[in-house]
Amino acid sequence: MWRGTHLTLNALAVIRGERPLIGGLSVDLSGGDAVALVGPNGSGKTSLLRVLAGLAEPAAGTISLQVDGVSADTPRAAMVHLGGHLDGLKGALTVAENLAFWVRYFGAGPGALSAPDALETLGIGHALNLPAAVLSQGQKRRVALARLLVAPRPVWLLDEPTAALDVASAARFTELVEAHRSQGGIVVAATHAPLALQTLKTLDLATYPPRGPDSEPGEAEGLATALSGDEYWLEGRSA
Amino acid sequence: MSEQAGPFRALVARDLRLSLRVGGGALTGVLFFLAVITTVPFGVGPDLNLLARIGPAIMWIAALLATLIGLERLFQSDRDDGALDLLRLTDAPLSSFIIAKVVAHWLGASLPLVLATPVLSLLLALEPLAIAALTATLLVGTPALSFLGAVGAALAVTLRRGALLMAVIILPFSIPVLIFGVAATRAAVTEPDPFWPPFALLGAVSLIYAVVGTVGAAAAIRINDG
Repeated sequence: MWRGTHLTLNALAVIRGERPLIGGLSVDLSGGDAVALVGPNGSGKTSLLRVLAGLAEPAAGTISLQVDGVSADTPRAAMVHLGGHLDGLKGALTVAENLAFWVRYFGAGPGALSAPDALETLGIGHALNLPAAVLSQGQKRRVALARLLVAPRPVWLLDEPTAALDVASAARFTELVEAHRSQGGIVVAATHAPLALQTLKTLDLATYPPRGPDSEPGEAEGLATALSGDEYWLEGRSA
Repeated sequence: MSEQAGPFRALVARDLRLSLRVGGGALTGVLFFLAVITTVPFGVGPDLNLLARIGPAIMWIAALLATLIGLERLFQSDRDDGALDLLRLTDAPLSSFIIAKVVAHWLGASLPLVLATPVLSLLLALEPLAIAALTATLLVGTPALSFLGAVGAALAVTLRRGALLMAVIILPFSIPVLIFGVAATRAAVTEPDPFWPPFALLGAVSLIYAVVGTVGAAAAIRINDG
């Protein structure tokens, strides 16, 4: 569905408040890649996802996201989905109303599933006309994930996507991620739980400590070894 | 509304729907307005002339406070459930999001006050011309309060108990709206005071606050939620 998806981070530094979290992060992702962001609590996983989504500015470095057929002027925020800790559902509205709002707000686009189909895919088709307030935590999370299907976007930025999901739902989620990758999308997920994805790359934020602008150029070589798995997606950039 | 409706209309429609649902803010403001207007005559006593003289001021103060009641949660509810981040994931500028929120709030909370004014004014012994003038000034002036409140709501978005802070920030800036609104209403029934100059100034204040409020609220959201 998407061609030529490229997400490039160049010497990215992330600061939350006054506290530097990440420094010198250079990564080149293309369509089909899936990355698991790991690191201890407070290592900057959520902050990095917010920066990638365009909600916060990086302290240094650049991010570029290109998708064939999408104007280069399109802000990054309009090309990504962010799945946060919170599900963004309005309890007073039904599940159908919640999803219908996001479809209208984001625009459905090509390849979009209808709300009932998306919910069925996630195994909660029966919840369509229930108020979101009565759903359990796991059901709410699945409705939030349905948002990714009713308004397709090339890049998924997910924060603990499988938290609160049971084993069967987590397996369904894995299938969705694989389907998204096979359509040329990119998935970046911050997670503590292991994800059973094929050729999953792991990015350990603990290996990108914040550093000053006058850091040694030799540090860039260390980046490649910090990444486990294949390196086909990584272009080691020396500073 | 069709699926092609833009994000702006989608957001306005969603917020309106939320405000009209159980627990939404629309009814709270109207009930507060109603409570103030119905109790004042009992407090003031049976002096109809006095009531008619202070009536416009009472109505304006009640409208101001009723507007503030619902505004505190304008952005906070979206922030609490995570929707605020998601709402920012569009190619539209943040200011259009702010305007959509304010428009929805005004339609859901302030417009009912304006519509209720002609009826409630009877309780304050206002004459027909004053009622017409009062309704017109509320129609023109309440958007200023909504945009002003948006700045306060955006500044207080990360605070648990931001209502008091918001009121302290906003009230001084709401004084011009109050002054011109009441002055125009009074001038409508008092010879030889002209109605139009204060009314035009009220409109000007509304337009200025619409711009300043939008820019200010967007900046506050960016700082608080960046």
